[in-house]
Order: sequence, then structure tokens, then C-alpha cells
Amino acid sequence: MTLLETKTGEWYCVKGISEAENVQRRLEALGILEGTRIEVLNRKNTGATIIRVRGTRWALGKEIALGIEVEEYHEKG
Amino acid sequence: MKKDDKIRVAFVGNPNCGKTTLFNALTGANLKVANWPGVTVERKEGQVSYKGQKMILVDLPGIYSLTSYSIEEKVSRRCVMEEEVDVIVNVVDASSLERNLYLTMQLLELGKPVILALNMMDVVRERGMEIDTHRLPEILGGIPVVPVSARKRTGLNVLLHAVKHHYEENQCEKVITYPKELEEKICLLETLLKKKYPGIPYLRWTAIKLLESDEETVNEYPLQAPDILDRSYEKEIINCKYNYIEEVVKEVLFYKHSKKEGKTDAVDKVLTHRVWGVPVFLGIMALVFFLTFTIGDLLKGFFEVGLDALLAGTTSLLENMHTADWLISLVVDGAIAGVGGILTFLPNIFILFLALGILEDSGYMSRVAYVMDGIMGKVGLSGKAFLPMVLGFGCTVPAVMATRTLEKEEDRKRTIFLTPFMSCSARLPIYVMFSSIFFPDYPAVVAFSMYALGLVIAILLALIIGKIKKGDSAGTLLMELPEYKMPNARTIAIYVWEKVKDYLSKAGTTIFIASIIIWFVLNFGIHGMVTDVSESFGAMLGHVLVPVLAPAGLGLWQVAVALIAGLSAKEVVVSSMSVLFGITNINSVAGMTGMSAALAKYGFGPVNAYAMMVFCLLYTPCAATVATIRKESNSWKFTAFMVLFQLILAYVCALVVYQVGSLL
Repeated sequence: MTLLETKTGEWYCVKGISEAENVQRRLEALGILEGTRIEVLNRKNTGATIIRVRGTRWALGKEIALGIEVEEYHEKG
Repeated sequence: MKKDDKIRVAFVGNPNCGKTTLFNALTGANLKVANWPGVTVERKEGQVSYKGQKMILVDLPGIYSLTSYSIEEKVSRRCVMEEEVDVIVNVVDASSLERNLYLTMQLLELGKPVILALNMMDVVRERGMEIDTHRLPEILGGIPVVPVSARKRTGLNVLLHAVKHHYEENQCEKVITYPKELEEKICLLETLLKKKYPGIPYLRWTAIKLLESDEETVNEYPLQAPDILDRSYEKEIINCKYNYIEEVVKEVLFYKHSKKEGKTDAVDKVLTHRVWGVPVFLGIMALVFFLTFTIGDLLKGFFEVGLDALLAGTTSLLENMHTADWLISLVVDGAIAGVGGILTFLPNIFILFLALGILEDSGYMSRVAYVMDGIMGKVGLSGKAFLPMVLGFGCTVPAVMATRTLEKEEDRKRTIFLTPFMSCSARLPIYVMFSSIFFPDYPAVVAFSMYALGLVIAILLALIIGKIKKGDSAGTLLMELPEYKMPNARTIAIYVWEKVKDYLSKAGTTIFIASIIIWFVLNFGIHGMVTDVSESFGAMLGHVLVPVLAPAGLGLWQVAVALIAGLSAKEVVVSSMSVLFGITNINSVAGMTGMSAALAKYGFGPVNAYAMMVFCLLYTPCAATVATIRKESNSWKFTAFMVLFQLILAYVCALVVYQVGSLL
């Protein structure tokens, strides 16, 4: 599923990122890579989403959220 | 090589890590602020002395990594790599260690002396966490780690002490060992680089950057090695760094008691709520507006009393000294009246920037981008564009400069195009004057309608541009939401002081010169100094424009002259109107009555006044703004288009207002 289809308050794991070149590299530099764990904190009706990654909150627009493929992650499984 | 024995220290860190607060705590407001050569990124430089050792501190823009995608990153990277910089102070937000250390890992690879300033330790403790400050330096290649609190001003001397004692110690550049395949490549590249570019600095760093296909490095040190550089290894390298950081964090960060939900999450539940977010934001904006008007106007009263006294005092003093009439006129009517009129609006501007400073420092400003994302998206702008728009209410110059936070050129130009319609504080004096004179029963409503009109026009234009340039923009939001924190008095004081200083120096130079020019134009005619304004150069110029402006209800030569003068800075419209109608203190009750009577003589009523305000809202922005737009857009064509477009738009709107208003 994409980040857009996730539930707030849940943890996910990044499976893949397909964004425009510059956005992709930016996300990577910010530590959003394959295998990174993400907590979804908030989402608006427009699709803009707030996530927690590596201890910091990020607000992502709908277009970026659409390009991030994730799967469910169960903490300390 | 070195000009003196001063230590040059570069302050590097992520955005929101408290770097500027720390920098301010060390240097105070005594800064040299300039731009980096060739770009419009601010460069702040301050001097401190520690135990007889002078140090020059340079504050670099906040960055997340040392790549070269944004202007900020390029500037910071060039600066830290300069030979001039002796030591790097890497400011790190201890409460967000994992993300902050990424930049640190990159800095370490340079091999330059790095000192880690561990900021916000108090937040860490508040959250029930502890950082092992003995283990941390060991894992980071032995660099000094200094816990500091920029807000509480602790650890500052220890930091300077570390700078003094470690600035000559180069660091081990190999803190992270990459997988064998990569290390072999790095080794081969280093040998090739050494052969081709003898004496090359930052050998390991350059080799790694080549493996990442970093544009700047590839251009600077081209290397023919297709078998080594067969593809970009950026992803692997980033991954290694983050894996290493995860290990570091695991080893040095402890949770003493159960992980508490931070305050930030609780506050965010309200402020970024899907329903309440927008009303709360609008409420806050309304409050800012209210404070600017009411408290600002209260303070303004004191300024006016002072100005009146100064005018009277100067006149009698000069008369007693038997100064020539023209000189008295120059000093009193030209200089003091012109600049003094501007100064009385200082309280409004002070309070506005105080409020904006608090919103910015508390961490709320970046939430605005998220809260407004959908609404801005509807008009084809990114949520981030809202920040420059809000700043536009203060001053268009910083607003246009703030558009640099937008990644896309197209988004940036759209935002620059629209910011002048956010009514800046320099236009406020115009609204205040006309609405108090002509709409004494509800001046605030009339003034507010100008702000609303500006917004409506901006939205309409945004929609039109969106229709014309369909699909060009997909301004996507990508913004960090920092922890909320108590705004820091010192940080805000310096922020406000910088803005006020800006405004004052503008008043002191541009407006002063404009006042003198206007005084000359109005007091001199073809026969030398004239006693009657109607025989002056200004009147001649104004008369030429009267037929053009008359259909818009602005057919007075004095108004025409005031509007021309307003091109230097919009608030000059007020001062030149007062000079033109011979009113000394426009903000006093007597001054306003005088102005009202003078204008009534020419049949200039409320409808004319409203058309005038509309024209002032929309027409060509001030010289400083035009210069900034030119700089930021890097296009004369774009700038010229904006200037002409706004002039025409202002004329058309004033025309409609006047014609329709006259029918009612």
C-alpha cells in the first residue's frame, strides 16, 4: 500500500520509494529509505500526512505520500 | 595565508536545532549581516573573545546534509571546506539525535576539526531520556562533545574553550567503515585523485562524493574511471551512515523511565486537527492583527507627542538662530516631517514582527504550511507558499526572500508574483490615514477591507495562473515540524531588532532622500524657490497626470505627486500628502482635520479615498521590493512584467471602485 492508505497512529516500514529524482534524493538524505520505520501521526482530507521518522516529524504533501510504498510493521514483533 | 590570529569558526547544523539561538547567545545582537557572494542567503558573522583569543563566528544556514541540491547546502558546503575556516561547530539537537547525526557523519568525513555542541539536553531530560556524553565522542572518532543549552545559556564557555583548544587538531576522517566493496573503490579513487590532483584536500570526502555522483565534485575533480564509477552508490552510502547512526543512538541514548508522549503530540492534536486546524490558524492571525492595531496605536500616541514637540522646538530654535527661511523649511517640512511621520508607525511594525517572531520561534509557523496545504493546493500553490504570504503582511521584501523555501522554480515565481498583494505594513499608514479621516465611525473595518481585497485578488490571480499554466505546478509539501517550545526572549528580541533596524535604515535612507527630493520638487519651480506650491515642479508634473487619474477619482495633482513619491516606499504617500497639503503632524487630530478640510475643498470624498486606498494597495511595489524581486527571480523580464501588471491592475480596480462608488 502507499503511505496515503495508512492508518494514523500505526507503524509502517518503507518498502520502496518512487518519486521524482530530486524528491527521492532529498527523502533519502533525510533518512527515509527502504526499511525505515515510519509512524503515521496525522492526515488531512487533502492527503497531506504527518509522519514520525527517526525521531522527527515531517509533513508530506499528497503527491509525496503517494510515492512511498509501505507495509505494516509490528513493533518488537 | 591567514591575515590575523583569529580563529574562524563555522556554525553548522540542521534547521530547528537551535543553532541561531546558540549563535545569538554567544555573539549578541552585534552582528555583521550580509549576503553570501552571488546568492541571497544571509550570512551572519559575529566576534567573540575567550581568554584573550579572538574568534570570528559564522552562522551558516540550517541544512540537513552536505549535498548540493539547495542554495543553502551549496553555501554551507563551500564555507566549511574553505581553508579559512579553522574549526566547525556542529550544533546538534540532542532530542532528535538520529536525524541530526547524519550531517555530523558527513562533516567528520572532511577530516577537519569538528566540535559537537549537544543542544537541548534539557528537553532530553524532560522526556525521561539520558545521553551518555562519554561514550558519544568515543564512537564519533574522538571529537569533543559539549552539552550546551542555547536557551538557558549554559555550556557556552566550555564550548569556546573547546574551540580554543581543539581548532588545530584534525579529525580522523574514517569514522565509518563502508562495506569492503565500497572501501576498495574509495581506496582506488584516492590513489587516482592523488595522482591527478596533487595536494588535493579532503581526499576521502572527495572519493566518497564521486561515488555518490555528486554534481559539484564530479565537475571539480573529473576522473576517468568508468570501472570504479560505474553507477551512483549514493543509496548504499546513505544507508551505511544511517545504520551506523542507529548503532550510535542505541549505545548512547537511554530511556530512564517509560517513554512519555511528548507535549508536542498533544498540542498538535489541536493545532493540526483536520477540522480545527484552520479556524485556530485564522484565530491566531486575527489576534496578531488586533494586537498590531490596538496596542500599536496606543504606543503611537507617545511618538506623536514627541514629534510635535520636536517640530515646534526645532522651528523656534532655528528662528532664534536667524536661519534662512528655506533652510528652516528644509529641516522642518522636508526632513523632520517626512521621516518623523514614518517613525510614528514604528510601534505597529514592532508589534507585528514581535508576534511573527513568537509564532516562528515556538514552532507553529511550519505547522501553518501543513494546515494550509489543502487550501493553498486549491489555488495551485504549495502549503509552504503560505509562509511567504503571511510574511507579506509584514513586509514584501522578506516575504519574497522567503519564497526560497520552495523547491520548484515555478512555485517560487507564482508566490513571488502574489506576495505584493498581501498588504505590507508600509501600506498600513495609508489605510490608517484615509480611513480615520473619511470613515471615522469604522476605520478598522475599512482598513481590514483592504487586506481582504488584497487576498481576494491574490486568490483570483492564482486561479487564473493555474488555469493558464495547468499542470506546471505540483508544489509538494515536505517540511519538518519541530518540537514546540517556549519562545526565547533573546532570540525574538534579536529577530525584532533586525526587522526594526531594517525598517529604520530604510526610513533613514530611502525615505529621507525621497523626502528631500519631494521637498525640493515642491518648493522649487522654474523661477527658483517658490512660496506657493502650485507653482512648483511637482505641481507641473502632477497636472500632467491629472487627466489620466481623474476617471479613477484621483484627479488631484497632489495625489499624483504623492503616488509617484510612494514608489520609493509606500509609506511615503502619507508623508508627501501631508507635505503637499502643508500639514505638519498628520497623525494628530488637528492634522487629520486639516487634511480632511483641505481635501474636501477639492471635492475629494470617501469614495475618492477608498479608490485611493485600493490604488495604493495594488500599484507597483516599492523600490526595495522591486530590487528583491529582480534578485530572487533573476529575471528583468519577469520583474518588469510584474511592475507593469500591478500598475494597470491598480488603475483598473481604482477606476471600477470610483465609478461604481459614485453611482451609489
